[in-house]
Amino acid sequence: MADLPQLFPTPVAVVVAFKDLLIAEGPAGLPWAGELIGNMLVSLWRVIVGFCLAAVTGVLLGVIAGWWPRARDLVEPVVEIIRPIPPLAWVPLAMLWFGLGFRPAVFLIWLGAFFPILSNTVLGMESTPKNLIEVSKTLGANSRQILFKVGIPSALPSIMAGLRIGLGIGWMCLVAAELTGSNTGLGYLIMYYYSTMEAAKMVAGMLTIGLVGVLAFIGLKKLEDRLVFWRELE
Amino acid sequence: MNSKLIVDNISKVFPARKMATATQALKNFSLEVGNGEFVCIVGPSGCGKTTLLKIIAGLETASQGSVRLNGNKVEAPGPERGMVFQDFALYPWRDVVGNVEFGPEMRYLPRSERSEISQKYVSLVGMEGNEHKYPAQLSGGMKQRVAIARALANKPDILLMDEPFGSLDAQTRFVMQNELLRIWNEDRKAVIFVTHNVEEAVYLAERVVVMTAGPGAVKGIYPIALSYPRSRADHGFISLREKITDSITEEVKLI
Repeated sequence: MADLPQLFPTPVAVVVAFKDLLIAEGPAGLPWAGELIGNMLVSLWRVIVGFCLAAVTGVLLGVIAGWWPRARDLVEPVVEIIRPIPPLAWVPLAMLWFGLGFRPAVFLIWLGAFFPILSNTVLGMESTPKNLIEVSKTLGANSRQILFKVGIPSALPSIMAGLRIGLGIGWMCLVAAELTGSNTGLGYLIMYYYSTMEAAKMVAGMLTIGLVGVLAFIGLKKLEDRLVFWRELE
Repeated sequence: MNSKLIVDNISKVFPARKMATATQALKNFSLEVGNGEFVCIVGPSGCGKTTLLKIIAGLETASQGSVRLNGNKVEAPGPERGMVFQDFALYPWRDVVGNVEFGPEMRYLPRSERSEISQKYVSLVGMEGNEHKYPAQLSGGMKQRVAIARALANKPDILLMDEPFGSLDAQTRFVMQNELLRIWNEDRKAVIFVTHNVEEAVYLAERVVVMTAGPGAVKGIYPIALSYPRSRADHGFISLREKITDSITEEVKLI
């Protein structure tokens, strides 16, 4: 049986693990980047692609469904059935459809990020103040201008909140996808060192996930504060 | 014919909904507003003042009767009828200039022309130096100045104002009343100003229209033959104020 320090690595052991992982050769295609950075880049790329797909599709569908009640009536029932299914439950199907590696991971990240982005966008569009719409009509705006110049800017705070939540969930889905359906990425790295019983390296991988997640979150928050600058003025 | 706006025998019934029975907001309401005239509409709350204004703006449709501006039937909102709301309804993501330029921008006027217009109206409402502030950085009175400038920037024939000073404190309200009279004097648009404040109506208007309690109809029209600037302590002012107040009080008792 493994002794305790091996199960519960000391901070020093984790630092050493970090160093070892930085030096060790990276995954295929990125050997120069080192094992830790290389796998991180692989994971990051998957998240970026999956998240961007979710952002585009979620915001687009959300704007449509949030603006035209008839579109919402079509979208809502489908969404309500699919939304409660945890993204984890999709992992086997994702592997069946997309095999291993990049594509199932992107699919799962998209799936996880899509729903919060969609529902927050719908909420934001629906809560466009009625008086802003009315005043815009009296100022001569046509319906397209009201959508683009009033509805979407007014929904922007809500859309950005949806993107932030979506990114968080997408990041969790990434790890879930890589734990099983991949042989690269930070999730895979953790799973690999589980099989070799190297807890310090597992913790190093986990901390990296946390660190990158926080940085991405902060970056998005900065972007949000810049785009939704008027909220800060109040 | 000299009259600009003709409200002809308007009735409005809001159909029954799930939780509410059908209500008649307006009944056979008629009014003419001349070129550049300042008319105030007062009445007990719930008498359909706002509904009337929204019908003139084209935001609501009348169940019966018609609204004509310069002979053209009003069927939809349009920039020739500017509207100012009680809660300002400014775009929080646009600065003062951006708000004032909204109308011209929607008409695709070139940038130079737009900024010429916004400059003119920003200074007309006394907001020079605040061009690049955002609504959240402005006081209530300043917000309403911007809203007025934004409505005027479309060069409307008539300005529809729905209790525009209702949410301002008393001091700011006095200042804004004088400001509005100054702007009206310079810009000479017809104004329909809805308020529940009789003193405000007598202070501002050339004619005060008193509405009956719902369904709203014209109860009486009072010409205010006092010269501007008016004094609230003036005998003529006080007696008109009392007469109109009494007329409204009668309506309130009926409810």
